[in-house]
Amino acid sequence: MTATEGATPTIVLVGHGMVGQRFLEALAERGLTATHRVVVLCEEPRPAYDRVQLTSYFSGTTPEDLSMTDMEFIKDHGIELYVGDPAESVDREARRVTARSGLVVDYDVLVLATGSYPFVPPVPGKDAEGCFVYRTIEDLLAIEEYAKKAQVGAVVGGGLLGLEAAGALKGLGLTSHIVEFAPRLMPVQVDDGGGAALLRTIEEMGLSVHTGVGTQEVVVGEDGSVTGMKLSDGSELATDLVVFSAGVRPRDQLARDCGLTVGERGGITVDEQCRTVADPHVFAIGECALASDGRVYGLVAPGYEQAETAAATIASDEASFTGADLSTKLKLLGVDVASFGDAHGTAEDCLDVVYSDSRAGLYKKLVIGRDGTLLGGILVGDAEAYGTLKAFTGSVPPVAPESLVLPAGAGESVQLGPSALPDDAIVCSCHNVSKGTIRGAVTDHQCTTVPEVKKCTKAGTGCGSCVKVLGQLVNAELEASGVEVDKGLCGCFSQTREELYEIVLALRINTYQDLLDRHGREEARGGDGCETCKPTVGSIIASLAPTIGASGYVLDGEQASLQDTNDHFLANLQKNGSYSVVPRIPGGEIAPEKLIVIGEIARDFGLYTKITGGQRIDMFGARVEQLPLIWARLVDAGFESGHAYGKSLRTVKSCVGQTWCRYGVQDSVKMAIDLELRYRGLRSPHKLKSAVSGCQRECAEAQSKDFGVIATANGWNLYVGGNGGATPRHADLLAQDLSDAELVRLIDRFLMFYIRTADRLERTSTWLERIPGGLDHVRDVVVHDSLGICDELEQLMQAHVAHYRDEWAETINDPEKLSRFVSFVNAPDTPDPVVAFVPERDQMKPDLPLLSIGMRPAADVLEGSAQR
Amino acid sequence: MTLAPETTDLKIELALDGDWFTVCDLSTLLPGRGVAALLPDGRQAAIFRDRCGDLFAIDNRDPFTGAAVLSRGLTGTHRGRPFVASPLLKQRFDLTSGECLDDETVRVTAYQVRIA
Ligand code: SRM
Ligand SMILES: Cc1cc2nc3c(=O)[nH]c(=O)nc-3n(C[C@H](O)[C@H](O)[C@H](O)COP(=O)(O)OP(=O)(O)OC[C@H]3O[C@@H](n4cnc5c(N)ncnc54)[C@H](O)[C@@H]3O)c2cc1C
Ligand code: SF4
Ligand code: FES
Repeated sequence: MTATEGATPTIVLVGHGMVGQRFLEALAERGLTATHRVVVLCEEPRPAYDRVQLTSYFSGTTPEDLSMTDMEFIKDHGIELYVGDPAESVDREARRVTARSGLVVDYDVLVLATGSYPFVPPVPGKDAEGCFVYRTIEDLLAIEEYAKKAQVGAVVGGGLLGLEAAGALKGLGLTSHIVEFAPRLMPVQVDDGGGAALLRTIEEMGLSVHTGVGTQEVVVGEDGSVTGMKLSDGSELATDLVVFSAGVRPRDQLARDCGLTVGERGGITVDEQCRTVADPHVFAIGECALASDGRVYGLVAPGYEQAETAAATIASDEASFTGADLSTKLKLLGVDVASFGDAHGTAEDCLDVVYSDSRAGLYKKLVIGRDGTLLGGILVGDAEAYGTLKAFTGSVPPVAPESLVLPAGAGESVQLGPSALPDDAIVCSCHNVSKGTIRGAVTDHQCTTVPEVKKCTKAGTGCGSCVKVLGQLVNAELEASGVEVDKGLCGCFSQTREELYEIVLALRINTYQDLLDRHGREEARGGDGCETCKPTVGSIIASLAPTIGASGYVLDGEQASLQDTNDHFLANLQKNGSYSVVPRIPGGEIAPEKLIVIGEIARDFGLYTKITGGQRIDMFGARVEQLPLIWARLVDAGFESGHAYGKSLRTVKSCVGQTWCRYGVQDSVKMAIDLELRYRGLRSPHKLKSAVSGCQRECAEAQSKDFGVIATANGWNLYVGGNGGATPRHADLLAQDLSDAELVRLIDRFLMFYIRTADRLERTSTWLERIPGGLDHVRDVVVHDSLGICDELEQLMQAHVAHYRDEWAETINDPEKLSRFVSFVNAPDTPDPVVAFVPERDQMKPDLPLLSIGMRPAADVLEGSAQR
Repeated sequence: MTLAPETTDLKIELALDGDWFTVCDLSTLLPGRGVAALLPDGRQAAIFRDRCGDLFAIDNRDPFTGAAVLSRGLTGTHRGRPFVASPLLKQRFDLTSGECLDDETVRVTAYQVRIA
């Protein structure tokens, strides 16, 4: 079969990887898809996907999520995409490509974007069953499958990909080893000091690292599958699975076969326009190309630049690719690793500034030129400053280099704002966007938010590592150009949450509509508000309910319409529309009888059960109409709502404490229960978590909580502002050696002061860092009563405690409220058919494929799919 | 349109293939919240009532996640357009046209509703 078409010139792209896809987009942007026939030969069984994020497959990202190919785009631009059909030969004379299926296409321009293949060292046994590489989605699927029957896994290669692969194996439950020939991990990116910091952190995670040894042989058992590895130091490592990650090599075989010039160490030789030096009709881009500066780039950003260059050249525009920055910032196994510029200090006469704390796994090095120019650097363990530092590379930073690498809190540390950057500094290296372009987006294109700037400039839409700096720049630019940055809560209110709290309290306003119509922005009055201010105001009203004369029950009257769906159904919405149920288990203490009740309910309703990170039990997969039935039984057995759904007190965790533990000095369980019962149901700007430990060993992890309590021989120490979660923060000590009564009084004040002054969705940790004066100010207010408001704070808490009632008990006794718990208003007995489950590990999980197809014809119901 | 509170016998109806399909009593709808209705062909509609008493209906299925949950989202007004925000990933949908306000390439079906 020959596919030829009239006189339209044809562009053939071989390889539909990340760079190939970018090339297609660049063609479309330049209008070339309209004037040319575009044919794509794609070897893999799926169109282009995000290889950089490949490992996220193991944390739940599906192959569909990884896809970078919008089929609408392909269709709209008339691109002919042949999936699973690689190019097999090129006849340059005839300008003709033949694919495996027999498809023959004549081209005017041929673009090779064939990427790389993983290098597998030629050791005996390398092809045995159980040996893998790590490059494609198919590789990952195969590893995942094989790992099910394996216990131990080894990765050959301790570079960037090797570490990712080792982390993935560990995530699959295998004991993981990394074997690296070089004397340190990530030999290309970091130096010895950085390698040492990385090694320590990685070993602490339970991975075994063997550096300075090579792999000599893969040992194969009788059945032909891997049983171990022989290493160059004579030792042997038992393993069931081997992943080779010893570097990549350009896929230039197709080019070699048709006589194109390739480099000595591989790579299709191209000029500054990415045109092959041997044939003006052929281009090569991405990892298969040997660029004009003599390098093969193994990162995606330079590949994108090459894609743009080739497309521009084909459109007869001027563009060139002369080399690229090899800066990288990665989060490997949860450790930040970044290197930029001349990281190894190869320039003449350059000097290093190094800060290293191997105990904390921190290593930071800056390479500075004689004249003070920042040339490059390496950051391990904390890459906060990466965005700013990278942008300063090549210039003399406005402050002393030492101050840039010292950790915050070490006295001298300076935060260099992005406003100090020069305009030509590259802020987003994925898309090569300079600070000037970002400023332009704000000043010339009237973008006023980060999402708008992202859309306009593409900055921040790649790896995402620049988004923080981007946000700072946009705000700084808005402020500088005289636009008053609107600090209002949302489009409906020009006040902050704190101001709204004061208005509600002072004027005793107890409905949302009243607040909106009297104090909202002119254009929002009389309207329906929005999804930001409704729950925020709902929460303020709930926090102050007894004091301002509102109902203390969040489903009463208008309050019901303000609550997020979780609060409205008093349960947590899950991805398929079912809910999870978390009864309160104060302090984590639970009697066997109650455990049995939970077990029985879960069994009777077929719920998935799991012990949560908060010392209680979560039951998942309840349909909305089952919630009242489940709760009727829970309430009957003496359970209350655990408020896992609310921005309110969650759990007060405890350790076993003095009663049982040989080290305990106070009764931590009792204190935890007391605190949990006192603050239960307290609605706040964000969720509140707490813990009480019986001694300094801190088994309850109180220092990672919003308010944490640690027993001392003389009483209790109170810590505040701790956080686990996304940006962990150790809590600060607020007061020491408190009696029970003093402790409670101080927490009352602290919580009420936080509720009063925090922003919406601001945990105590961020609040403490933001409010002027920080911890000292908070201590002045709540310990020394510097504002004279402590009486009021205590009274507000008293009112909350006195009026607390269990929401679920109230709900199951109210027929009108109960009638809301149905899937369909017109068919109250019919369950939502999209909520279905399939078995997994003796329990069940949501039928996720059902979500993408919407409905399953009755005959087509998956085996095991339970329509409970 | 303002309605007297005791209009319980008033019904909400949805336009389906040129016919009117009765969903529920008007009084079951809380202003500012939605309900879901099962349609004869197995699809689901989300019906909302705003504070002025105006009614809206769109498809109940959240196109971003596939779950049938739009009826459980929070409603509001954006530049005069009534919308609901999906309770899962918070994308907003115009209640009159079904258009997604955060991604103009996405749209859900909008239905005509009336009170009878
Ligand atoms: C169920 C649970 C995971 C588990 O299976 O163990 C869980 C599940 C969720 N967590 Fe969590 N978190 C759970 C313990 C934790 C912990 C551990 C702890 O409490 O000791 C943390 C870190 C501690 C902390 O908060 O500082 C934690 C930090 C988060 C965060 C990050 C908060 C932050 O300030 O960075 C979120 C996101 C948020 O709130 O914005 C979150 C959000 C969520 C949400 C609500 C996400 C969502 O919107 O769907 C999950 C829904 C819960 C559900 O459907 O029932 N969850 N989450 C745990 C419930 C504990 C409980 O009994 O209530
Ligand atoms: C796990 C992992 C993590 C990574 N992390 C990062 C990172 O954090 N940052 C970063 O910058 N880079 C990272 N990379 C590298 C990045 O993925 C590559 O630089 C990028 O994918 C290169 O794009 P490409 O289009 O040149 O090659 P590829 O994406 O490999 O695409 C080439 C395609 O061509 C196909 N092909 C080959 N021969 C033929 C043929 N004859 N006919 C048809 N098709 C053919 C191949 O099957 C492949 O699909 C990572 C890579 C991996 C594997
Ligand atoms: S924190 Fe102290 S008292 Fe509590 S369990 Fe640990 S060692 Fe025992
Ligand atoms: S640097 Fe990767 S998105 Fe900006």
